[in-house]
Amino acid sequence: MRAVSTIHGRAIPLGLKNVDTDVIIPAHWLKTVSREGLGKGAFETIRQAPGNPFDVEDFAGAPILIAGDNFGCGSSREHAAWAMLDMGLTAVIAPSFSDIFSGNAFKNGILAVELAQEQVDRLLEVAQTHPITIDLENQIVTTPFQDRFAFDVDPFRKRCLLEGLDEIGLTLASTDAITHHEAGRAQDLPWLDRPLAVSR
Amino acid sequence: MMASRPRTLYEKIWDAHVVARPDGPASDDTCLLYIDRHLVHEVTSPQAFEALRLAGRTVRRPDLTLAVPDHNLPTTARLAPDGARLPIDDPQSAAQLAALERNAPSFGIRYIDAVAPEQGIVHVVGPEQGFSLPGATIVCGDSHTAAHGGVGALAFGIGTSEVEHVLATQTLQLRRSKTMEIRVEGELGPGVTPKDLILHIIGVIGTGGGTGHVIEYRGSVFENMSVEGRLTVCNMSIEGGARAGLIAPDDTVFSYLKGRPYAPQGEAWDRAVEWWRSLRTDKGAVFDKSVVIDAADVEPTVSWGTSPEDVVAVGGSVPAPGSFADPSKQAAARKSLDYMGLEPGTPIADVRIENVFIGSCTNSRIEDLRAAAEVLRGRTKAANVRWAIAVPGSGLVKRQAEEEGLDKVFTDAGFEWREPGCSACLAMNPDKVPPGERCASTSNRNFVGRQGPGARTHLMSPAMAAAAAVTGRIADVRQL
Ligand code: SF4
Repeated sequence: MRAVSTIHGRAIPLGLKNVDTDVIIPAHWLKTVSREGLGKGAFETIRQAPGNPFDVEDFAGAPILIAGDNFGCGSSREHAAWAMLDMGLTAVIAPSFSDIFSGNAFKNGILAVELAQEQVDRLLEVAQTHPITIDLENQIVTTPFQDRFAFDVDPFRKRCLLEGLDEIGLTLASTDAITHHEAGRAQDLPWLDRPLAVSR
Repeated sequence: MMASRPRTLYEKIWDAHVVARPDGPASDDTCLLYIDRHLVHEVTSPQAFEALRLAGRTVRRPDLTLAVPDHNLPTTARLAPDGARLPIDDPQSAAQLAALERNAPSFGIRYIDAVAPEQGIVHVVGPEQGFSLPGATIVCGDSHTAAHGGVGALAFGIGTSEVEHVLATQTLQLRRSKTMEIRVEGELGPGVTPKDLILHIIGVIGTGGGTGHVIEYRGSVFENMSVEGRLTVCNMSIEGGARAGLIAPDDTVFSYLKGRPYAPQGEAWDRAVEWWRSLRTDKGAVFDKSVVIDAADVEPTVSWGTSPEDVVAVGGSVPAPGSFADPSKQAAARKSLDYMGLEPGTPIADVRIENVFIGSCTNSRIEDLRAAAEVLRGRTKAANVRWAIAVPGSGLVKRQAEEEGLDKVFTDAGFEWREPGCSACLAMNPDKVPPGERCASTSNRNFVGRQGPGARTHLMSPAMAAAAAVTGRIADVRQL
């Protein structure tokens, strides 16, 4: 994974609540066997409307998206994160995220920043005209107007993002612990360790 | 230390699967969690297998993994009269299906192919095969994995990177969720089904109500519910924002599972049941959030908008955007009504529909088909209903339904009787609802474009969808 530390640039002030994964990337884009090229389908239905924020010239190539509550609800499709990454987004700010989406975002080096609704409202206002900075190391979002909004991030995710760590590689370093757990399980809960139809 | 304080069902399953805690036993930070069962389908797995291959990695426990195609597969006949496999027209779907068919055996994973009698929607197949068991951690690259909580498992959807992570390590790096209880006491009224209940619940808690939480459904209504009904309820936990929902396993679950192909047998079965019986929330355990619902308040329920929280009892009307307190909800409601082509104040039962879909992992099990067939028996679909399909959740459900003669009831009523798959639940295979048309659907999502670009979805129970088919409009099944 690509390392992430500070993200600075224009932010697309979408502001919508409950942006579901079918909005981020409709199902007909999911028939791919690759992670690339999904940016073309990102936010397809929103982009069909004239005057939508994605097509405002100031926001071309913006690295940040600002949205409303419950961003990324719906399906588990990681294609949502891939599509956003493909269109150049590396951070999303919203009052809340669906659990699966925030996991998918993080695994692709997209920072999902949760801020209170008033803070998000303020950023939506600033974003119309000015850039925003997200500093992961210090866990703070700032604007050119002295706004300073602290945010929380899971320490494990923070470390992975800052160092660009491969999570599977990290877990494989715990192989002994996994093997140990499996041995205990084979003893105590053997039916979980050996599903019947497999051994037949 | 963990065992001494009263724990919820979720916490018990969680604790039993923690491989490593980074900062000591009480840490709420990310843990390494062992995964007992991994279900794989064609849409969210190709990139995971590809990445494994590129990194030279193998699948740690192919024996705990089961692959089955469902999302893309057309639900029309799969075999020609001479027994040859029929080709799939859409080249992209065909490529995705071929990738799974290639990847599963090359990584040693058991694969149920498109024409096997056990093939079906992954969330129907898991419990039906006894692959999904109480107290197990179950994952799949699909958010409706929550369904398997109906047998008392901790089951949740994961993204493709996590699919790859589970394939490679049989674990996930996860943070413990908060706990939420939804308690429903009393009895559901006649004609009120588990689907109505879960739609009602989502209407109460909202689509963000369960975010960050795992829901445990408790109370007499769930204790008296069939396994099929429990799977329906838990399935839509994700629509309430929760990654997982579960119900404590009991004798109803044990007798459902007994004798299924992957379920334990003999002495292992007895040991399993003994452990399963311990999987109950302790007296005195505290939930982070608690919601109480009176079963008597639940009516047959349908959706009017483009979010699963946009629901109304069948006797009610399409709401006015101004009736919502939250300004952003007002704006969302306005957009929803515009997309749905509905006027505020219209009685929902006056809304005419052109399509009916009975199927999806929410409502395609035998009980669902029986409920719909009971309404359809001796009746036919209304003239304005252009397209009506019944899609069994698996080949085994299909066969059972045919043995009971249900297929005949559906076709006599003017329904098409299809092969198992996700079908019109999502617009990925040929079963789509045309732009601007309405569909009475037993699926779980009414998002913009979910059943096809411009399609308008009304979520409801199988019995209500059958009632819509015969009346040509949304109708109260109790009045038929
Ligand atoms: S039936 Fe629908 S919700 Fe269920 S797995 Fe298939 S696409 Fe997903």
